[in-house]
This record gives sequence, C-alpha cells and structure tokens, in this order.
Amino acid sequence: MDPANAGDGTRPGRDGTVRLGDRVFGGLAKGSGITLLLIMAAIAVFLTIRAVVAISRDEGNFLTTFEWDANSHPPVFGIAVLLFGTVVSSLIAIVLAMPVAVGIALFISHYAPRRLAAPIGYLVDLLAAVPSIVYGLWGALYLVPRLTGFYEWLDHLFGWTGILSYNGTPARSLMSVGILLAIMILPIITSVTREIFRQTPRAHQEAALALGATRWEVITTTVLPFGRSGIISATMLGLGRALGETMAVATVLSPSFLINASLLESGGGTFAQNIASQFKEATSMGRDALIASGLVLFVLTLLVNGAARLIIARRREYAGNAG
Amino acid sequence: MSGQAVATAAAPPPVARPVLRPTRVPRWALGAVLVGSLCFGIGVGLVAELSSRVQWGLIAGVLFVSTTFALTYAIEGRRLAVDRLAALLVWACFAIAVLPLAALVWETVSRGVAGISWHFLTHSMNGVLSWQSGGGVYHALLGTVQQVLIASVLALPIGLLTAIYLVEYGRGRLARAITFFVDVMTGIPSIVAGLFVLSLWIMTLGFGYSGLAGAMALAVLMMPIVVRSTEEMLKLVPEELREASLALGVPKWRTILKVVLPTAIGGITTGVMLALARIAGETAPIILLVFGNAMINANPFEGAQSSLPLYVYEQWGAGTASSYDRAWAAALVLIAFVMVLNLAARAVARWKAPRTDR
Repeated sequence: MDPANAGDGTRPGRDGTVRLGDRVFGGLAKGSGITLLLIMAAIAVFLTIRAVVAISRDEGNFLTTFEWDANSHPPVFGIAVLLFGTVVSSLIAIVLAMPVAVGIALFISHYAPRRLAAPIGYLVDLLAAVPSIVYGLWGALYLVPRLTGFYEWLDHLFGWTGILSYNGTPARSLMSVGILLAIMILPIITSVTREIFRQTPRAHQEAALALGATRWEVITTTVLPFGRSGIISATMLGLGRALGETMAVATVLSPSFLINASLLESGGGTFAQNIASQFKEATSMGRDALIASGLVLFVLTLLVNGAARLIIARRREYAGNAG
Repeated sequence: MSGQAVATAAAPPPVARPVLRPTRVPRWALGAVLVGSLCFGIGVGLVAELSSRVQWGLIAGVLFVSTTFALTYAIEGRRLAVDRLAALLVWACFAIAVLPLAALVWETVSRGVAGISWHFLTHSMNGVLSWQSGGGVYHALLGTVQQVLIASVLALPIGLLTAIYLVEYGRGRLARAITFFVDVMTGIPSIVAGLFVLSLWIMTLGFGYSGLAGAMALAVLMMPIVVRSTEEMLKLVPEELREASLALGVPKWRTILKVVLPTAIGGITTGVMLALARIAGETAPIILLVFGNAMINANPFEGAQSSLPLYVYEQWGAGTASSYDRAWAAALVLIAFVMVLNLAARAVARWKAPRTDR
C-alpha cells in the first residue's frame, strides 16, 4: 500500500472533522515543500532581475564579445570566451572520466576480489567528499608542474594539429583544468554507475554464463545494455558538476579573455572561475554582469541535469521498478 | 569452455580423445611479459631521457597489454584474448584512478602535517603578513563551524518536512513538481547559490557580508541533499509499522513523529551528516557572501568572517612559501573535518541501521 494513502489525516473522519494536529502537521509538511519550490523560483527570479539590468547596459554583445570590462564606463562584456572554456573543459573532463569511471564501476562490481570490492567502493564514496578547494590546491601545486613533461610529449607527437601545440609555459590551461575536473568527477560517476551495475538481474548474467560466455561477454551482453541509461545519466550528472565547478578552475587556470586555439596553453576562462576571480574587484555594475553570466551557467546546468533526470525517469518506467 | 572446445565438439570425433581443458597461457608467461614490459619502459625512458615518469608507465603499460593480447590470441583464441584484454583494461582503469587520488591524499597529508600545531589551531591571521610564517586557522575554523550550523538550522526543518511530505502525504502534481525540482536543485552549482543570495540579501535587501549570508547559500545547497536522503530512508520504513500504529487509532502526525521517524532516524542522521560534510567544503558562495577576514569575528550575523575553504584559497592566492605551507595545513584540517563527519555518519548508519526484519 502506498504510504500516502494510508489513513490520510487530512480527509475528514466519520464524524466529518479533521484532527487539529494532523491539519497542522500536514500543512507544515506541505508548506515546506512549497517553500522549496519558492526558493527555486526565487533563484531564477533574482538572477534574472540583475541579469536583465546588466545586459541592457552592456555596450558589447553579451553572447559574442571577447571582453570583460564590466567595471568600466561604458561596460563592455560578453560570455563567448567563458562559454567556450566551460564547455570545452567539461567535455575534456567527461571524455576522460567516463570510460575510466565505467571501468572502475565494473572493477568493483565484477572484477575485484570479493574482499576488496566493498572497501574500494567505500573509498570511492569518501573521495567524493573531498572538498573541491583541496583538489584545486593539489591541482595547482602538484599536478600542473608535473603535466609540462607530458604536454611537451603531446606537442612532439600531435603539435602539428594546432589544438595540442605547447609553448612550454606553465601548464595552467583548459586541458589541465579538464584533467583535474575528470579526477574530481570520477568518484561521483563511479558510485552512480556501480549502483546500476549491481542491479543487473542475476538471472541474465547466469544465463549468459550458462551459454558459455566469457566474463567480458557477460558484461557486454547483460550488464552494459542494462546499465546504458544509467551510465548516460551518471555521465550527465558528472557533466553538471564539472560545468559548475569553481575552485579547481580558479586555482589551476591562468585566465585570459582570448580563445587560445591550443588547449594545452594557458588562457580562456569558465563562468564559475570568472565570477570567483573577478568578484572582489567588481563594482555594482560588475556584479550585475557577473550575475548575468551566472544565470547562463544556471540555465546550462539546469538543461544538463534535467536531461539526466528525464533519462533516469524514462528508464524507471521502462524497467517497471524503482531502480 | 573455450571456442576451441566448441569447435572440437562440432567436428567429427577425432581419433584422439577431445581435449576438454583448453590450453591456457601459463601464469609465469604473463608475469614474464609484465617484467619485460616494465624493463622496456624504464629502459626506453632512461635512454631517450623522457622527463615524465608517466610516459615510462604508459610505454610499459601499452607494451604489456598488447603483448598479452597477442600471446593469448595465439594460444587461447580470439574470445579469451578479448576477455583478458578487457580484464586488463578494467584493472588499468582502477590503477589510473587510484594513482591521482592516492597522490592527492598523500600530498595533502605529507605537506600539511608539518604546519599543524596547537598554535596553528588556536590563532588567527591577524597581523601576519603573507610571507611571514606563523598565524593560524582559528578564525576560519570558527567561521566554518558557525556557518555550517546556521545552514543546517535553516535547511533541516524544510528539508526533513519536505521529505515527510513527499513520502507520507505527497500525491499528484505538487509532489511530482517538488520531486523534480529537488532533483534539479541538487545540480545547482554552488557559485550560483552564492549569486542568488548576493542578489537577494546583499544587493536587494541591503544587508552586509556576514556568516549568515554564506550560511543561507549553504542551506540552499544542503536542502535537496537532505530531502533526497531522508526520502530514501522514510521509504525503507515498513508499511506494517504505519498500519499497526494507525489501526490503534494513533493520529497520522503522531504516527509519523513517534513511529516512522524513530525507525528511520539512523539513516536520516547519516544523510544529514553527509550533507554537512558536503557543504563544509564549499568555497565559492563563501567568497561572494562572507568575504574573508584575517581576524576573529565570533558574530556570524554581522561583518565579514572567514572559513576553512576560503582560508585555503586565500593562502594559495598569496603565493609565498609560508602561505603555501599554511594552505596545505588548512587543507589537511578541512579534509580531517570532512572525513570525521563522514566516518561518524557511516558509524551512525551501521549502529542504527533500519531494522526491516522486525
């Protein structure tokens, strides 16, 4: 029986009255739910108010200007570089993290020795809790200096493409940001995918084994098809995380308002990084402009997360259980 | 069963007895390939003077995987070779992930532990210049604890009641809308939550920077996490408990408070503590709303404060050797803070696991 239908105190009893306590408590619960919706609406409204003010005063084109002079008169700013940097660094992160995360999830669910699987899963969950500023500090002081050698090698092999050329400056580039973001979102993608893999029906796997499938064939014929939508939605959740990440980008990236053709060289910026690093110097106009860029980030993450939720919801209907 | 055995079964029976056990690559051969690849990788690295150890590892790894694949292919056939290749790649994924994460933890602990002392934990940065050694995190620790507590006071009632509404009362469009928006809210970037409070509280209502403003943004981030985890826990409470209580004539609200919540309290506590751990590490909204302060400000309702994550960011930004030391030490304190919350949460979960067997 659905708990929501059980003895609903908000319905009148036989004598036509509703208990006062039930009415108060039910009202409080409902009110909290509505408060939550109101907060969500308020976020959209208050970001939009400021953003509209900022964009109406913008002397450049908000979408295509390669500049951020929101504090000067007249203010000129545009999000082209930020949008590019945000999308590119997040895509790098996803491309790097997704296969590895699926691999780790498979490792935990199907390859690791039984005794190791549980502690490793536990460890992955703990790592998901490491604050982003710690990743940022580690990325800037440990990872970046160690990437230069690797980038020189990439330049040696693929420098002719232009995208992967490298001039030997400190590796505070979109690629480094992407690599750090990939490390950061690994735990979250892994833990979601692992849960889905674990739910693969045992009967499917045993049937495949009984037909003589190797372990890998069991995985490709039962586990991966079953978990496909789960992998996609986990990836999109990771993407949402990467899009909005602030501190790791603010510490690693050496920002500029130019799009550098090479991903390995410094330059570019992301929405969140730009807000965090420009905020202290911003005038009130500058703040409005930063809020406008924040609104774009908000919409971007809403779209990605909404899509992920839709995929999960559709799968739930399809599978017919609360997976 | 290997492909070979299947093939033998399909062919007319040969004179000799069919070999049922497939020929396998002996384990020592795999070990030899591994050692060989490692030697080769190191050798190439030394001879060609490749600066990055990562490259040595890559060369050795690629060589090991491809040789093993070729060897297995030749001896055991295609299907088993693919199977072994996949297994190697899955192990490689694990290794690839463990290396940076282990490096992160090791680096933070080894570089942070030197800076931690009683002085560090009990002093602020008041009057300490960025190139000077000394100073501490007391003001930041105090700020973090206060902001996280205020955030949970703001977020917990709404979060818990919303979860109760969704599980015990919620039906129809409103409940579906709330569920959807809780999911969406989970994905809000922390900096956007910060901008929201900035726009509403500081720019529209005209209040100043304070720990309270930061706590509001943290509460926005905390609410959906609390709703989600509490909802999951309430759903685990067996329906029979509710029915038994209702059948005794207990009002629904008392059933929820006295039967449902106590049964799920362990899981709910765990969820809340994990949410606390999550928001304690948030930096972005703190930059926008609490602003940072080198002095001790024990009043979270007035004036700029500091917080541990913000302190790490500021010390990193100062860019001197001693400020880096402080940044690492503070990062270690922050990780310890978060991990203690996490471990305590898991302990509570184990200690008060919902007893579904009753």
